[in-house]
Amino acid sequence: MPAVKTDNRGLRLVSRYAALSLVAVVFIFPLLFMVMSSLKPSAQLLLDTKSLRAFLPVGDLSLANYSDAFARAPIGVFVFNSVLVTGVTVLLCLFVCSLAAFAFVFIEWSGKAVVFSILLATLIIPYETIFIPLLLMASQLPWIGGDGFELGWLNTYRVQIVPFIADALSIFLFVQFFKDLPKELIEASRVEGASWWTIYRRVVMPLSGPVIATAAILKFLFMYNQYLWPLMVVQDESIRPVMVGLGYFTDQLNVPWGEVMAYLTIITVPVLGFYLSLQRVFISSVASTGVKG
Amino acid sequence: MNKLCNATALALIACAGIAHGETELRLWYHGAGSANAEEKLVNQLVVDFNASQSDYKVVLETFPQLAYNDAVGAAALAGELPDILDVDGPIMPNWAWAGYMQPLGIDEAALEGFLPGAIGRWNGKVYSVGLWDAAVAMTARRSVLEANDIRIPTLAEPWTRVEFDAALATLKATGDYDYPLDLGMAWKGEWYPYAFSPFLQSFGGDIVDRAAYQTAEETLNGDAAIAFGEWWQDLFAKGLVPGTSQDAADRETGFLEGKYALSWNGNWAAMPVVERFGDDALFLPAPDFGNGSVIGGASWQFGISASSAHPDGAREFIEFAIQPKYLAAFSDGTGLIPPTVEAAAETANYKAGGALEVFYGLSEAQAKLRPVTPGYIVQAKVFEKALADIANGADVADTLDAAVDEINEDIQSNQGYGHN
Repeated sequence: MPAVKTDNRGLRLVSRYAALSLVAVVFIFPLLFMVMSSLKPSAQLLLDTKSLRAFLPVGDLSLANYSDAFARAPIGVFVFNSVLVTGVTVLLCLFVCSLAAFAFVFIEWSGKAVVFSILLATLIIPYETIFIPLLLMASQLPWIGGDGFELGWLNTYRVQIVPFIADALSIFLFVQFFKDLPKELIEASRVEGASWWTIYRRVVMPLSGPVIATAAILKFLFMYNQYLWPLMVVQDESIRPVMVGLGYFTDQLNVPWGEVMAYLTIITVPVLGFYLSLQRVFISSVASTGVKG
Repeated sequence: MNKLCNATALALIACAGIAHGETELRLWYHGAGSANAEEKLVNQLVVDFNASQSDYKVVLETFPQLAYNDAVGAAALAGELPDILDVDGPIMPNWAWAGYMQPLGIDEAALEGFLPGAIGRWNGKVYSVGLWDAAVAMTARRSVLEANDIRIPTLAEPWTRVEFDAALATLKATGDYDYPLDLGMAWKGEWYPYAFSPFLQSFGGDIVDRAAYQTAEETLNGDAAIAFGEWWQDLFAKGLVPGTSQDAADRETGFLEGKYALSWNGNWAAMPVVERFGDDALFLPAPDFGNGSVIGGASWQFGISASSAHPDGAREFIEFAIQPKYLAAFSDGTGLIPPTVEAAAETANYKAGGALEVFYGLSEAQAKLRPVTPGYIVQAKVFEKALADIANGADVADTLDAAVDEINEDIQSNQGYGHN
């Protein structure tokens, strides 16, 4: 009888791995298609889409699409801009939103519930609906910089960063996570005379790795994929991000698909790198909070 | 005292600098990443203009075409339009109506002899001028037509509808081709109104009634339009042309590879045909479906933004740009049609006896502008959808009626688009 038991366990293991492999394949195939297509001439690429050849390194393979893509657009500049804008926004967002959440969870102040409700209500407003008033505002905002006082933030890095530092979703994630932290820790720190800033810095944040990773990844993806806002506020090619750069690969009638795939492969690298570096913390966060990325 | 003298001297130098400094003019151009000679030529034009005088300095800002119109709309909203705008011919009336552009104000004598498609007019005023135009032709091979006893049409005597339909049937019957005709259905968007509305116009219909641009009733759903719609649907139903799911690669190379006997394509795609087939290559006029042989006209043009503080400088740049040597350089570099005879004579392909000379004749004789109305940007999309639906088997009359309703509602909701 023990032998039968072992067989069942083995069968279950095989089934589980088969199912997981199937899911993995579904997720990997688009990436595989992108990378393989980036190595093929456009005509072959389109012909291959009719069969499984689309996912295989077969036919006339070369890096020509990559060199053509670099010749067509300043890809390095676009990637640098996106990484800079995204990185700065993510860091500032983590700081500002965690501070806000800290105030919502640990500090007592009147009207907290109402303000938090209003904050959550903004989650249902799509960003696109506020872009026009935001654009008008950004075009008139004052700034004191190297050239002295000036009006208007258009065509700058800051106009791509500042409007997205604070967001309700990140605050909500931090609030949910902070609520589950042991209250005794905070109370003990207060009794020992620690300031709110010290508690935030020394007690709360060191325990918040999973939610920091989750908020960082979600914010990273949102910022890295920005298209409409930078399209509206940036006219200077030298500060354009990657998604607007995708437009360099289409004209009125023709799309050089091989170059498009090469460009997509290049700009996917930072996203994959960022995700993989935070993967473990992100998964533990999803497992513990039930938040879906 | 020395310090005072130095300060005074510096102030005087600064004042002199302002007095003799160049005024900066911003120029927006749609072709970033176009990977052809056009962007380089625009760059060269700017460099030459800046070197030619000392009052103005043009600064070029390039945008990907996909994002260009949206970027202009956003900039207009924020009051950040540049001095000089690059604008697609059929879009220009919308931008003029919306207050993005001001009349060009250049002496119209300077535009004498330009192809009509290269001049953008709205409400009786010139708002933009193009350094080139484009034309579409029925690409064919002499040997194929002669082998099948099909008459080779001319500008003076294009194919009639009967002749054209018979030619398609004959070519299909040979069994030598996947399809007798390639219309370029793999291309979407502006290709539809640009390439196919001339067929409708030749039938006697149009996208909108051009008498006042206030309705599409009768023009887009009258007898002529329905006749066009039924003919259009038959092309697909009878397997004479590839459908809306045509492979983009086939569009690119199908004619060269012998998959199609005829190809409805633009002059920008003509050189590979000439290189492949030499003297056997033919670029034929559009068939005459009863109201003349028609092709689309107008391409990208330069204009002055309404908010430009230096329209004189912008005008000076545009006048500089339309010199024959630049018109010829753009044509040689891009393969597009130079807008004047004088410039054509300086080009390699469009001079008398040049490989693409025929396109100049086609553009001059047959080009018809797409509806010159701010509402065109909506009408073009409605027309595209209607044609795709009909190609895929939708009821012709119902589809055109629905298109008319949509166009008319748009015109009404925009209070007639300000037509005088």
